[in-house]
Amino acid sequence: MKYAYYPGCSLHSTANEYDLSTQAVCKTLGIELEEIPDWNCCGATSAHSLNHELAIALPLRNLAKAEEMGLDIVAPCAACFSRLKHADMVAKTDPERMHTFSEKFGIHYSGKINVYSLLQVISQYSEEEIKSHVKRGLSGLKIAAYYGCLLLRPPKVAAFDDPENPVSMDRILAALGAEVVDWPYKNECCGASLSISKSDIVVKLTRDILSMAKRAGANCISTACPLCQGNLDMRQPDIQRNYGENYEMPIFYFTQLMGLAFGLWEGNLGLKKLMVSPDAVLSEIGTE
Amino acid sequence: MARVGVFVCWCGSNIAKTVDVEKVAQAVSKLPHVVYSTHYKYMCSEPGQSLIKQAIEEHRLNRIVVASCSPRLHEPTFQRCIGEAGLNPYMFEMANIREQCSWVHDDKEAATKKAIDLTAMAVEKVIRNEPLTSKEIPITKRALVIGGGVAGIQAALDIADAGYPVTLVERTPSIGGRMAQYDKTFPTLDCAACILTPKMVDCASHPNINIMTYSEVENVSGFVGNFDVTIRRRARSVDMSKCTGCGVCYEKCPVKVPSEFECGLGQRRAIYVPFPQAVPNVPVIDREKCRKFTEDKCGACQKLCPTGAIDYEQQDELITEKFGAIVVATGFDVWDPSAYGNLGYGRYPDVITSLQFERLINASGPTEGKLVRPSDHKPPKNVVFISCIGSRDEEHGYPYCSKVCCMYNAKHALLLKEKVHDAQAYVFYMDIRANGKGYEEFVRRAIEKYGAVYLRGRVSRVFQVGDKLIVRGADTLAGKPVEIEADMVVLAAAMEAQPDAKEVARKLGISTDEYNWFSEAHPKLRPVEVLTAGVYLAGACQYPKDIPDSVAQASGAASKVVGLFAKPNLLSEPTVAEVDESTCAGCLLCKEVCPFSAIEPKVIYDKAGNPIKTVASVNEGLCHGCGTCVAGCRSASIQLKGYKDAQILAEVDTLAFASEDLTAEVSKA
Repeated sequence: MKYAYYPGCSLHSTANEYDLSTQAVCKTLGIELEEIPDWNCCGATSAHSLNHELAIALPLRNLAKAEEMGLDIVAPCAACFSRLKHADMVAKTDPERMHTFSEKFGIHYSGKINVYSLLQVISQYSEEEIKSHVKRGLSGLKIAAYYGCLLLRPPKVAAFDDPENPVSMDRILAALGAEVVDWPYKNECCGASLSISKSDIVVKLTRDILSMAKRAGANCISTACPLCQGNLDMRQPDIQRNYGENYEMPIFYFTQLMGLAFGLWEGNLGLKKLMVSPDAVLSEIGTE
Repeated sequence: MARVGVFVCWCGSNIAKTVDVEKVAQAVSKLPHVVYSTHYKYMCSEPGQSLIKQAIEEHRLNRIVVASCSPRLHEPTFQRCIGEAGLNPYMFEMANIREQCSWVHDDKEAATKKAIDLTAMAVEKVIRNEPLTSKEIPITKRALVIGGGVAGIQAALDIADAGYPVTLVERTPSIGGRMAQYDKTFPTLDCAACILTPKMVDCASHPNINIMTYSEVENVSGFVGNFDVTIRRRARSVDMSKCTGCGVCYEKCPVKVPSEFECGLGQRRAIYVPFPQAVPNVPVIDREKCRKFTEDKCGACQKLCPTGAIDYEQQDELITEKFGAIVVATGFDVWDPSAYGNLGYGRYPDVITSLQFERLINASGPTEGKLVRPSDHKPPKNVVFISCIGSRDEEHGYPYCSKVCCMYNAKHALLLKEKVHDAQAYVFYMDIRANGKGYEEFVRRAIEKYGAVYLRGRVSRVFQVGDKLIVRGADTLAGKPVEIEADMVVLAAAMEAQPDAKEVARKLGISTDEYNWFSEAHPKLRPVEVLTAGVYLAGACQYPKDIPDSVAQASGAASKVVGLFAKPNLLSEPTVAEVDESTCAGCLLCKEVCPFSAIEPKVIYDKAGNPIKTVASVNEGLCHGCGTCVAGCRSASIQLKGYKDAQILAEVDTLAFASEDLTAEVSKA
């Protein structure tokens, strides 16, 4: 399978380890990724909070470029995926509005391609297919699969998995041999970009999530969104300061965990980039 | 020779204010065949009617036109009037110069012209009218009631008490319906069983009522007064004449399955009565679950039955009977709330529906009335009730209000406190809709005396942490998010039409709305009738209703049936379709388009008895005179009596000249 790869701004900066591990894991699975040439920012939260036209026009340009490549898009980041999907939906359902985009911005996108999140693409692999690549099972890891609030919502746009009780990541992680805990905060909000403007809210929300994961018996969390990962990973010192609770819980990208199980070279998985060191938890692998 | 009389009504100032009635009367008097034309202040009044009768006699009128209001209201009045004067009531036409003229215009000159047109059209039509006579149709004075819930029971009892035989058909093994599942009823808190079971017993012992349970209506044909109905009596596998209801069979049956009556909270056997007060108290064998039928093993019930009533060989029976009227009381279903993934119904055992809650507090329920959580059988302390689950929510369910949930939520909040004294009820609501006798007071009582906490807002999520259910929602009055640690969550799931409502409607010629509720003939003035004559509605098959409304409608339907049966015969409407057999080619397109299945093929034979050709034939009892067949006929061989092409076209032709020519003639004179 070959896809037009849309890494988005995060994966080229703070979430570099998501980019690395995505590329490594896709290579193992035989998924070919060709980065969209000259892609631009999807607009994320900022654009659609301020300017609805820009919120569609920005991702639309990326869609048009992928269409030129003749490939479906895969986007690892939840926000990028959401914005691309929104623009794609407008293109496929509102020809009148599309006309204004081509008039005004010279963007010509005819809606011939589809947009997928990386989790969606990988979850199409059967348990057996994933198992066949596993070199070192992840037994000993007790993982809380965390999807975040955006990846599957709004359901009519995202259109994959069950938005209220998602299971796609759980299935992948279970195929890696890990113990996947059942917990109710799979799709809670981490506070997202309030991290910058109202960080106290993010500290509370991430603390709730970490505490629930711990309560469910998890020793680490798996994510599929750079913002979720960043908030959960980086706010742990603040949580300790504000609440006196020390979680020391590593926050992985699900692709990093896949890479570990596939026995890929750790340098390609960016484990060193994680703020909370995973070493202690990773030393548990194989102990059970 | 047609001698037409025209009577123009002022309707006080209703018509006369905008229409020059004198001018209208004058203009139409110029039409050929009009021998008398006048105007009067109130044509429908006693003196107005005398005026018509007198003119008929004096001027030997044989056709009458009244230009006044809509025929909807007073056509029968005037038809009766001219009938009394010795004319055939169909030698009459009415021109509507009020609703369709004076009320909707303010330019007097133009309105007068239009009134002249309308009246002239009626004159041209009445000239071509023919006397029509109704036929007498005998009535089978026996009623069929479909559905044995409280509505069906009430309708059956009322009709039977009036002296007419009733067959009450119920699909499940017992009559009683939904109400039999309820604990207590709002707003009086009398127990549902205490007021329902006596009625069930009355039904069983009534000499005029024949109860057919475990039976379904298979086919309906015929028309008002004369329906032919085929009923399938499903094989019960128990001989009703031998069974004494001792219950040994179901005590000893080894197969346990979830009970439908207990909404899955309890179990029944493969041979069972759905609940202890069932009528008839005769078990049935669920052949899909019984080991005798699935594996040809066991047979314990037959071995143990002291009267030899178990009959594994019993077959379904098809019974065909004639009925004069049908009351449809097929009830509702409960919407499945698992569409709300965020509320965890189906995932968490202590998230239940309100109907399940009824069973949990019911003394004859699976816990014998002890309110406990399904998960650990401990009594709940904090219980959250959530309204509008699938109602008023197009996103997940239906846009309509299920009407009864606000009231039973209040009832449950109140009964919770009676069952578990230190319990606390929380009710999430959108609006409290408590419009009924004593309803608002009842809700206030739940809040003020029983301390139920009402929170205006929706619930965003329910999730389990340990043995608690965390309910997260909005309190929109306080403008704050709320989180409640609950032991049990009760969802007020919407009422929806029965899954097979569409099919039942088709069998009975009932139209349905977009949610498959049965449609009444008129939402205000004919609320218990449907468009098919002789078929009446009762209870929640029409729209969500509570018990008082269902019972009231059932009595309304019953009185309609009794009113029908009180007549010696039915008079058919003579304005029905008529086939010209000499030109009919028998293509039967009319049969295809007829919405009332009133057209059948008929073979015509010569004198020697050889078939010549097939033509269409109209069943006058079924024909409603809608005229669809007339529009469909390729050779104009089918005509509607009273509305023949020649009559309609004469009206249309008149439009082209009437007001201009007649006004000119008036001014010339």
